[in-house]
Amino acid sequence: MPTSTHLLLLVLVLPFGGSLAAAFLPTHARTAAALMAGLVGLAGTIAVVLLYPHAAEGALRLKVEWLPSLGLTFSLRLDGLSWLFAGLVYGIGMLVALYARYYMSEEDPVPRFFSFLLAFMGAMAGVVLSGNLIQIVFFWELTSLFSFLLIGYWHQNAAARDGARMALTVTGTGGLCLFVGVVLLGHIVGSYDLDVVLTSGALIAAHPLYGPALALILLGAFTKSAQVPFHFWLPNAMTAPTPVSAYLHSATMVKAGVFLLMRLWPALAGTDVWFYAVVPVGLATLVFGAFAAIFQQDLKGLLAYSTISHLGLITLLLGLGSPLAAVAAIFHTINHATFKASLFMAAGIIDHETGTRDLRRLSGLYPFMPVTARLAMVAAAAMAGVPLLNGFLSKEMFFAETAENHTGSLLDDSLPYFATIAGVFSVAYSLRFILGAFFGPPPKDLPRTPHEPPHWMRFPIEVLVLICIVVGVVPSWTVGPVLADAARAVVGPSLPYYSLAVWHGFTLALAMSIVAVVGGIFLYVLLRDYLDTGMEGPPLLRRLRGQRIFEKVLVTVSWRWARALERWFGSRRLQPQLRVLVAVTLLAGALPFLLHGAAAPGPQAGTPLDPAFAAVWAVGIVCSIAAAYTAKFHRLAALVLIGIAGLVTCVTFVWLSAPDLAVTQLLVEIVTTVLLLLGLRWLPQRQEPVYGEGTPLKVRLRRAADFVLALLVGGGMATLSYLVMTRPLPDSVSRFFVERAYTEGGGTNIVNVILVDFRAFDTQGEIAVLCIVALTVFALLRRFRPAAETVERPRQQKLQNAYDAAAPERQVGDTMADYMFVPGLIMHWMFPVVVVLAVYLFMRGHDLPGGGFAAGVTLSIAFVMQYIAAGTRWVEDHLRVLPLRWMGLGLLTALATGAGAWAFGAPFLTSHHQYVYLPLVGKVPAATALLFDLGVFALVVGATVLILIALAHQSLRRARVREEAAREESAAPAPLPPVAADLQTVGEA
Amino acid sequence: MELVLAAGIGVLAASGVWLVLRPRTYQLIIGLALLSYAVNLFIFAMGRLRVDAAPILRPGEVGDPAAFADPLPQALVLTAIVIGFAMTALYLVVLLASRGLTGTDHVDGRDE
Repeated sequence: MPTSTHLLLLVLVLPFGGSLAAAFLPTHARTAAALMAGLVGLAGTIAVVLLYPHAAEGALRLKVEWLPSLGLTFSLRLDGLSWLFAGLVYGIGMLVALYARYYMSEEDPVPRFFSFLLAFMGAMAGVVLSGNLIQIVFFWELTSLFSFLLIGYWHQNAAARDGARMALTVTGTGGLCLFVGVVLLGHIVGSYDLDVVLTSGALIAAHPLYGPALALILLGAFTKSAQVPFHFWLPNAMTAPTPVSAYLHSATMVKAGVFLLMRLWPALAGTDVWFYAVVPVGLATLVFGAFAAIFQQDLKGLLAYSTISHLGLITLLLGLGSPLAAVAAIFHTINHATFKASLFMAAGIIDHETGTRDLRRLSGLYPFMPVTARLAMVAAAAMAGVPLLNGFLSKEMFFAETAENHTGSLLDDSLPYFATIAGVFSVAYSLRFILGAFFGPPPKDLPRTPHEPPHWMRFPIEVLVLICIVVGVVPSWTVGPVLADAARAVVGPSLPYYSLAVWHGFTLALAMSIVAVVGGIFLYVLLRDYLDTGMEGPPLLRRLRGQRIFEKVLVTVSWRWARALERWFGSRRLQPQLRVLVAVTLLAGALPFLLHGAAAPGPQAGTPLDPAFAAVWAVGIVCSIAAAYTAKFHRLAALVLIGIAGLVTCVTFVWLSAPDLAVTQLLVEIVTTVLLLLGLRWLPQRQEPVYGEGTPLKVRLRRAADFVLALLVGGGMATLSYLVMTRPLPDSVSRFFVERAYTEGGGTNIVNVILVDFRAFDTQGEIAVLCIVALTVFALLRRFRPAAETVERPRQQKLQNAYDAAAPERQVGDTMADYMFVPGLIMHWMFPVVVVLAVYLFMRGHDLPGGGFAAGVTLSIAFVMQYIAAGTRWVEDHLRVLPLRWMGLGLLTALATGAGAWAFGAPFLTSHHQYVYLPLVGKVPAATALLFDLGVFALVVGATVLILIALAHQSLRRARVREEAAREESAAPAPLPPVAADLQTVGEA
Repeated sequence: MELVLAAGIGVLAASGVWLVLRPRTYQLIIGLALLSYAVNLFIFAMGRLRVDAAPILRPGEVGDPAAFADPLPQALVLTAIVIGFAMTALYLVVLLASRGLTGTDHVDGRDE
């Protein structure tokens, strides 16, 4: 039924939508935000109720394929168990929203609170409604994140920040374990789908990975449900606003852990490993939590430890592995949610109306808030397990279950005794909560005069307490069917026999209940004097603070170890880093040879050696070594030498059938040289060696090591390339390109067709990179401060100007203008020629060597030549190059060409081609790839020109700075030297 | 030819690596340039060496891969050349800014 599945989807989407909407409300819109949260809760509850028939029948499923190849499906699944939990999440969520409206102060940014609360609600709903393991983990992590935000809501409070961080660290770590565990589980079963996993119990239990998977999943569940020894985050999380605590402790967060245990119960439970892994943890948590709760001085602390204890109880029941125990666990989960939510709300009311939650200061509140007191008493009685209340029923089931025989081990036999002791403790702390807060002498020096809260603030408690009573009196009519549906989802269609009745006759469980109640009263009386001393925390265990251990571990791992690692392996110096990088690369390259032995040259007959080629490379090799030698002190020489090495590379490309590469290499070589020359203007000359006469041994050793490293890398690359070149070329994807370049790409120049058609998406990325680099260069140069030594006019210019000034018949600047006269004129005349060359290279690119890259660089050279010939000012007076426009247009053209394919229903960058006959010119290609290439061309022009001109403009800027300085110094304006020729001096370094 | 080119690649790479490990910024930029020649030639050599077999078809032809030099490494190298220029430009500007800010041309911004 599509409408039901839509409703199910709505149930999940609604809180997230509400969260987003609440986030945009004005900061003080308390009522509006609360109303929105309440309505979302109400709508969710109604939707869940409407879906009940589906959950009762079996399961309602909604599946949307997401990544089917990875077995990932977005999947929702509503069965009895998830229906029950979804009902709790939304029902209690709605009540919490109503309560929070009155609890939250107007001074706090309340919409943000409700936004987090709704998102948290949605995340929790996601956990219970997901039909896919991975998806459960996703929402699980979301609950961790949003609970972090909720606990840390009062972030101005350091305790709230610490509590939030601790909760996130513990539950987040558990979540990671769970993720790995779930992946293992999915690997065992072969599917992440819950329907498949839940029916594969036998397969899972027999698998060798069962143990690790179980351990990891349990770690996730235990951290979330605050089981010993991970319990400590929960008491620290009570720094959250009380509505949050009420929600976290009753229907969400900690319940997610037990929900997971229930959800995966059919798949994981029933083995000895399960029993011995889960039962001891549950038992320890049950007893420890109850014991610690008695000795808390903070009302919320008492409730927090009682939650830990009750979660231990549920975990213990699930660990027993018997179907009846699972039913009891589900039942107790419902009951705990109702009484614990109401107790937290009552504690919040006490805090709100008196200003404190400290049991040492509180007493005798009954006359001031009689209604709240009575409600709290009923809820506390339910928590203690007093008959006629819901807590009694599930606790009696629990007692009965512990008395049953499960494995016959000592642990199993001791369970009823521990269960009774925990029952005694729970009666004692419930008594303490009520007697400590509401009875005794009238309160003194409370921060506020206590009184009843507004009625609507109390209303949620009334609802919950009513449920406690009704379920406690007539269980089979109220909770019966729901419990049966949820239980069927866990233990299977045939339910074990159980009776939901108040009176079962004189049974062992009843005896245990009576012992617990009577013993609890005695214990409380006995402990009164001790408790009145006001000691914080339980005796004996007071020193064992999980929190402190946690903090110690955190400091050790995230500070000491991290620091030590940084000290040992980190360096802020570039050279050691590069050395490691080179060494690792070398090792990675050598590894195959080390593993498989040395390789001999391949069988392929080499290309016959041309002596001229060898001669060219002899020059290349000498220049390369010479460049390495001179780069330190003779920068210009090194630049010339790498230029020659670049030309040798270019010749190699020509020789070995790569004309496109040769053209591009040659052009880029020119631009790079101009660029570096421009840069040299701002790089002061190095004067003397750092280590005058005696170079220290350390430095000499380092140089020797680097030298060896360089030799090894060079030798390695030479060997590797030789070994490859002597082997025949395997059939590769190139075949595809060669065969189809013309028939499908419409061009005869295969390299160009690859660039602008087959692999156009890569090229799109490349030009984007170029664009980003150019903009970065531009931005960096805007605030550029050159080295102080270079700010002055270069020495050569000074000499020339001095000469001009000395000669009476010359103007200052004449020399500069003169010696560039002839080359300048030639460059002027060259401009149209070079532009035509660029157009020519571009037009023929699809069929013959050339193309957008080459043409773009050529055109930028044409522009740069004008700058060199005539100077920046002259060029910019006559010719406006707007590099940013070129770049923008280029990028947009390329993108638009690619997107144009969509209009014809083809994927991005699909090209279309045909040849068009133009009069005079002849047949020209008119592929859309040409348009794309036009984009490349424009972008390359823009980027190259932008980089070069931004750098060239620095001379102009400095000149302006100098002029201003000079003007300020002498009132009489000095003769302004022409700066037109400023660019000519860039080679001076 | 193969041996000569392999030797050339080796020398370019060795000079490049040596310079890249030096402490002066300008040495680094020259080293990167040499290293990019070496790497570009290395990638190009992966398509094997062919003389007079430029990957240019006749109109209408369904190409035979055996008849041409491998176009794929060429396409890769072509973009690498342009990106290499961009890298040099960016590094040069960083180098100049660093020299202006720190007053030294040591790669770490301070002499040891």
